[in-house]
Amino acid sequence: MDAVGVILGFSFYEGLVFGLVAIGVYLTLRVLAFPDLTVDGSYTLGGAISAVLIVEGFNPLVGILAALAVGLCAGVITAVLNTKLRLPALLAGILMMVGLYSVNLRIMGGANVSLLREPTIFDQAGELLGIGSNSIWVSIIVAFLTVVVVLLILNWFLHTDLGLGLRATGDNEEMVRGLGSDTDMNLILGVSIANGLVALAGAVVAQAQGFADVGMGIGMIVMGLASVIIGETLFNPRGVAGLLVAGISGAFIYRLIITIALRLGMAPGDLKLVTALLVVAAMAVPYIKKKVRHEWIPPAERW
Amino acid sequence: MDKNTSLLQVRGITKTFSKGTVDEVTALDDVSLDVNAEDYITIIGSNGAGKTTLLNVIAGVFPPEEGKVLINGNDVTYLSEYKRAQYFGRVHQDPRVGTGAKLTIEENLAFALLRGQRRGLKIAINEQRKELFRSALAPLGLGLENRMDAFVGTLSSGQRQSIALTMATISNPMLLLLDEHVANLDPRTAQIVFDLTEMIVQREKLTTAMITHNMECALKYGNRLIMMHRGKIIVDIGHKDKQKLTINDLINAFEQAAGEKLVDEAILLSRTEL
Repeated sequence: MDAVGVILGFSFYEGLVFGLVAIGVYLTLRVLAFPDLTVDGSYTLGGAISAVLIVEGFNPLVGILAALAVGLCAGVITAVLNTKLRLPALLAGILMMVGLYSVNLRIMGGANVSLLREPTIFDQAGELLGIGSNSIWVSIIVAFLTVVVVLLILNWFLHTDLGLGLRATGDNEEMVRGLGSDTDMNLILGVSIANGLVALAGAVVAQAQGFADVGMGIGMIVMGLASVIIGETLFNPRGVAGLLVAGISGAFIYRLIITIALRLGMAPGDLKLVTALLVVAAMAVPYIKKKVRHEWIPPAERW
Repeated sequence: MDKNTSLLQVRGITKTFSKGTVDEVTALDDVSLDVNAEDYITIIGSNGAGKTTLLNVIAGVFPPEEGKVLINGNDVTYLSEYKRAQYFGRVHQDPRVGTGAKLTIEENLAFALLRGQRRGLKIAINEQRKELFRSALAPLGLGLENRMDAFVGTLSSGQRQSIALTMATISNPMLLLLDEHVANLDPRTAQIVFDLTEMIVQREKLTTAMITHNMECALKYGNRLIMMHRGKIIVDIGHKDKQKLTINDLINAFEQAAGEKLVDEAILLSRTEL
């Protein structure tokens, strides 16, 4: 494959996997209006659980499902802190993120777990497809299938009566209670699903890169945010399905930008700063545009 | 249900805000009220009389310090708002409170349709429901039935309030609570929403409690009139007496019961407006 093909293929794969994180962020921030910072911790949690289980001899697929399960639990705790114990959502997320750092260290028994010479879902998929596990195609196919399944389920779910309750909760809590739906339960369910997805992404990435590391989740929330905003800005989507696809597409474009930047010689350590600046730009530019045109501007979100 | 039990019984409710501070205010002072089936109560009173607080306690937005709220004889005083919502349809003064801006018209109605029921994994919008929504929206005469996939946030206040009213009534509530629901609308739209209210209440024979700031409305609509003042119900007039009642009677009744002159400008002024 030529260089462009490699960049595109790699970005596509990464965009798909990190798209899961973006979808998680989209679900909390945009659907539930719940700014959830648990993401950095639950991503690593998913990676850690799946890596440890594989080393312990479990099937890699079990590792993936276990990651999903613990991610769901982490989300439940964050949302319970907010809804039942009345901690501000941002603080609840930060506390979870910090707390999970220790939990992740405990799970892994150290700062990282290597999956060298251990089986992963990519080996299994490569075997199944008969093309060997080292091809980028295996990664793309595995990631693509995962994302398609997740998107289809989520799109269906958000259109059900229960899912509509989640969307309504992010829109107008007073109305939701007045119409007999429990906003606390809706938030707990939604934040739980979001973190389940994020942990799932962490597990897939850990198995793809061959290790889990306690720092692998740092900046995930910002990356997810960047993807959501890029997707929204570029595609201006309408409706649930459009927003979901825009999140994934945003993640792909974000990874494409990052991959190209790295190819051009940017130091990997600078990535987080570039991402942060990207988010600042994406959020500030529409505001500055309006300011210049003297348009009405809504007050800044305090979350 | 016991024949002698009222639909809703409010027993000795007291509610104080900012208790123990200089701003302490007794919003409801030992209020009792029985609402019977097919009552259409208009509630009138000046600012701070406790009208909205009464509806909030009934709907369970916050609990009272003292007293009980009973529905069909069952004590619901401490039942949370969302659990109690199965009994009540409510329209607020601000159209934004009763509708979801980021949801479409049909999604708002679908969400309202399941008030008090379990929300499961059935797709929320289907043809059967759409047909139901169209037939609920068509009588409004606003053409909303032809644009049910429009986001509610893009609609005017009058349109939003009409949808809020439809949402509050679509699943036949035991009691419809209206909290000055036309006060934020321009006079023409207010009249339209008022007429809609009247139409729906009569058609569905809904038991209704409507707060209004407007004496004429309070007299014109409904079959029972309640006047509140400083956290108390000071006048409660039934159907027979209400028919003969004039605004001057009402002012006299107020002054007699409250032992002071009616000075609320908003109430007096609103004699001339709608």
